[in-house]
Amino acid sequence: MEIATQSIEGGFADPVFNAQTVFRAVMDAMAQPGSVQSLPAFAHPPAPLSATAGSVALALCDNDTPLWLDPALQISAAVKSWLGFHTGAPLANTPADAHFALIAAPAEMMALDGFSQGTQDYPDRSTTLILQVNDLTSGTPLRLEGPGIERTATIAPAQMPRHFVEQWKQNNQRFPRGIDIILAAPDGIACLPRTTRIKTMEA
Amino acid sequence: MTVQPTDIATYNFAYLDEQTKRMIRRAILKGIAIPGYQVPFASREMPMPYGWGTGGVQVTASIIGPDDVLKVIDQGADDTTNAVSIRAFFKKVANVAVTTETAKATIIQTRHRIPEHPLISGQVLVYQVPIPEPLRFLEPRETETRKMHALEEYGLMHVKLYEDIAKHGRIATTYAYPVKVEGRYVMDPSPTPKFDNPKMHRSPALQLFGAGREKRIYALPPFTEVVSLDFEDHPFEVQTFDQPCALCAAENVYLDEVILDDHGGHMFVCSDTDHCEKRREEGHRGHLAAETHLALEKMEPAQ
Repeated sequence: MEIATQSIEGGFADPVFNAQTVFRAVMDAMAQPGSVQSLPAFAHPPAPLSATAGSVALALCDNDTPLWLDPALQISAAVKSWLGFHTGAPLANTPADAHFALIAAPAEMMALDGFSQGTQDYPDRSTTLILQVNDLTSGTPLRLEGPGIERTATIAPAQMPRHFVEQWKQNNQRFPRGIDIILAAPDGIACLPRTTRIKTMEA
Repeated sequence: MTVQPTDIATYNFAYLDEQTKRMIRRAILKGIAIPGYQVPFASREMPMPYGWGTGGVQVTASIIGPDDVLKVIDQGADDTTNAVSIRAFFKKVANVAVTTETAKATIIQTRHRIPEHPLISGQVLVYQVPIPEPLRFLEPRETETRKMHALEEYGLMHVKLYEDIAKHGRIATTYAYPVKVEGRYVMDPSPTPKFDNPKMHRSPALQLFGAGREKRIYALPPFTEVVSLDFEDHPFEVQTFDQPCALCAAENVYLDEVILDDHGGHMFVCSDTDHCEKRREEGHRGHLAAETHLALEKMEPAQ
């Protein structure tokens, strides 16, 4: 299929209500870290961008939000023009300029501290990372604690970034600065806001 | 690429345009990620004046969907002006189901009360906030209060509470009583009576705060530590009432004083009207209930 056609097709069939459904799933996932919120495939972006990550991008990004794409997405002209057509979001020159970052290959991604961390005065001005993962059950189990979690929650996302637990600990220490993560799996999403602490599961 | 046919063609669903909703939704997500921190947002003009809940209305409009059930309360009451008009607004622009029953609502927009009926996981409580900055009356400059939050410099707030004790012998703040969230940010819980502060602590519901004129959104995720500021020798206390509700005999609830005549006659009744009605349906009677309960038959949400 031509890039022009690919970039136009595959958006929300029902923009107002689909965006609301996707946002509520993200909001519930962010408010209850570790919970998995199921999400139908509303958007159909060109590969390698997944349907879930594409839906989240359409629901949250627009011309106010510079977007950073990881190298796996950056090389796809179809993905760039699809995001450009449907969201109007400009591409960020560096990860530190990005409001949102879409990452198709989290296992190979750059360090979390390369993204915008916000400032001590405005900690909200940090990058929200959307990581595309194959599932939320087959990776190393992460036991989570923090606001939004009654006692503990556990998720096991596959293909997480290298040294993720150590990197996340550093992210916690920067509080109130820090990045927030939306994990986009094929059948649902889970979130790791900066307040969530990971307890490593020993034996 | 067509929006479902509705009979509200003149407005986008829930009044706000989609770009505004996205902007507010992004602010809500950052607010949830940094509990107690006030996220600036580009508040819009709404078809109601500032001070009538434009912040709460914008938050509700950004999260509400066709399947939601909305309850709106004004000082605990479902049937006073602000509650009735905001409920009618969302019926009109979002065509959503409305209710007065706390347990049936998925979104509860509130002006300064938390319902007596315990909230559950999955419910969202949206507060209308007039002045979101707890330090504002102590330090009028935004540049300074922002720095104080950044440096976690909250000594001034304790001085204010201490001055209360020096003047009145006790902490005289009874509403908008400052809280500390997860041991980090000091937050204004909006002008709720301090009676409701303990309900914020580790509430299973998501709590969102919208200040329209001041252009701030902040949030408390479920199960978040919310501690009312106090001193070891002057611990935080909530209001107590020496008599039960005059209509439903409820105790340990927040009561409003109602003037009955011009000879000093008055009674104390539940501020939460839904809670009071439910109790009277269950057969609870207060000492003034006999002649009044017929007049207060179960009401439909006003249009």
